[in-house]
Amino acid sequence: MEFAIASAVGVLVAGGVYLLLRARTFDVILGLTLLSYATNLLIFSSGRAVIGKPPVLRDGVAAVAEHYTDPLPQALVLTAIVIAFAMTAVVVVVAMRNHADMRSDHVDGHEPGRPPPDAHSDADADGEPRA
Amino acid sequence: MMQHLLLVPIVLPLVTGAILLLLERRHEVRVLRATSAVSLLLLLAATLTLLARASGGGIDVYLLGDWPSRIGIVLMADRLSAQMVTTTTLLAIPALMYASAGWDRRALHFHALFQVQLAGLNGAFLTGDIFNLFVFFEVMLIASYGLLLSGARGERISAGMHYVVFNIAASTLFLIALGLVYGLFGTLNMAELAVRVREVAPEDVALARAACGLLLVVFCAKAALLPMYLWLPETYARAPAAVAALFVILTKVGLYAVLRTGTLIFGDDAGPLAGFAREALLVFGLVTMLQAGLGVVGAMRLRIGASYLVLMSSGMLFIAFALATPGTIAAGLYYLPHSCFGAAAMFLLAHIVQRERAQAGDRVLPMAPPMPCLTGFIYLLVAVSLVGLPPLSGFIGKFLLLGAVPQEDTAVVYAVVLGSSLLALIGLTRTGTRLFWRTGGDGEGDGDAPVPQPAGAPKVSRLEFAATALLIGYGIAMTLAAGPVLRYTTAAAEQLLSPGEYVQEVRGTTPVMREP
Repeated sequence: MEFAIASAVGVLVAGGVYLLLRARTFDVILGLTLLSYATNLLIFSSGRAVIGKPPVLRDGVAAVAEHYTDPLPQALVLTAIVIAFAMTAVVVVVAMRNHADMRSDHVDGHEPGRPPPDAHSDADADGEPRA
Repeated sequence: MMQHLLLVPIVLPLVTGAILLLLERRHEVRVLRATSAVSLLLLLAATLTLLARASGGGIDVYLLGDWPSRIGIVLMADRLSAQMVTTTTLLAIPALMYASAGWDRRALHFHALFQVQLAGLNGAFLTGDIFNLFVFFEVMLIASYGLLLSGARGERISAGMHYVVFNIAASTLFLIALGLVYGLFGTLNMAELAVRVREVAPEDVALARAACGLLLVVFCAKAALLPMYLWLPETYARAPAAVAALFVILTKVGLYAVLRTGTLIFGDDAGPLAGFAREALLVFGLVTMLQAGLGVVGAMRLRIGASYLVLMSSGMLFIAFALATPGTIAAGLYYLPHSCFGAAAMFLLAHIVQRERAQAGDRVLPMAPPMPCLTGFIYLLVAVSLVGLPPLSGFIGKFLLLGAVPQEDTAVVYAVVLGSSLLALIGLTRTGTRLFWRTGGDGEGDGDAPVPQPAGAPKVSRLEFAATALLIGYGIAMTLAAGPVLRYTTAAAEQLLSPGEYVQEVRGTTPVMREP
């Protein structure tokens, strides 16, 4: 069990980091998603790997630690999942807008070796969006 | 009633943000501005009360949901937290004034996002729980994405993309560190952590170091320490002026977290982790400062220069906090608000300059269009203050820091701080000369001939000048009231360096209505 969780975290992190370092926005977003899965598993396992024990108190079972699993990591994971979800949504929107404006899905907004398109850059460089 | 005061700096902006979202459907922008302003003034009153309470030396602890601190989440305010919250509010006032001069019409949901950003910042400064710190980091960041990208297109979206991806990656790292910390110590309460770190088993020390190291990496990434600063100049230079002014405090959140964990968890009595990573932080701080100096010299736009000045103040504060003597921390805490106000003023000024010069923007050109005297004068004040020349507040901060450096570190620290200040002086002088003095086209005229303003230059409103002047006013006030401010920061430094009282206060606070 420990080995399974540890190797799952390891493989996810390796894949996530590899994708994060690529130059296309889509790959980067996938990389971030994989990394967040790895993180969720890691946090979950910080309450120790326990089988068949509930995290909430039940009638008829003595309220001592050995009958239950640690509920806190589960709450933490829930928070982490929600936040990672929201962040992924934000980064997808930004990436799509980037692609639409710059006509390239390269993370720098233009293909390497080619100058960035000047269409909007100057108008926007002063931080003044057009109405 | 007073025990709930700690909640106000978090809940008030959050509620105002929600109200503003409802209002903006039906009402004019004037109503939104008024609501925002009223809320900000109430916030100022609350933070000043907090500051007054904290200056007495007491530590306020608030148990959320009345759970005991080892189980639930605590909020707390000591001198450092109160100071940071007050700085945030003081900085937010001119930023809001500047935006209210007209920029807020063009950015969707500006006022609501602004308030949520404040809630996130205040929460990060007031929480005593490290997972809660993560949550407030995220609140703050997600609002900052909105502020940065609202109404953006083209290059700003690209810069925003880097900023968003970088911060999400850093947040993921934060979570990994938190998972390890919880697995090791079984708590996420900072006061509780401070106690359990001392009793870490010898076989776990390596893992504890790894977890704490990851935490520090995350904080340093937010504070833009050297290898992790690349996102900063482009993002800050592309952000709208009012937003850039508020963003100045975002890097300080990372510094606050470094200082808080550095004194509380890795303090001198932390057993195997005592003084963890202090030397590394010192070295990286020194290199960051030098590099930022070079950045200021090399900047071809005023705003890029201003971004590097933010970076330089980060480096300076890292040095102050890594040396971790009462004198350096006190000097750093004096320097921190000063550098916020100064850098924010520089961003606002850069935007004013940009519009007065129309086509030329804030680029450094061989020949500049003519500029009004007032703008040049403001530039002079801000630049003098930021470089650290007498008589303004930057000088006092740097002077105190250099005076407090321990004997064995003087050679390196003096050389780097003074050297990078010289670089900044050169860079800002050159920018100032090129922007304000070398004007008028042919250079043959008598200099008094009125040169027509470039056509189509938008007018800079009085409110915008007032916002910039207010920031400079803060700096001058900090200079005039240096004595009281320093007494406060010295007391704050002493409080930080004896964390026993803090730990006792947090652990000793018991629920009122609940059986522990």
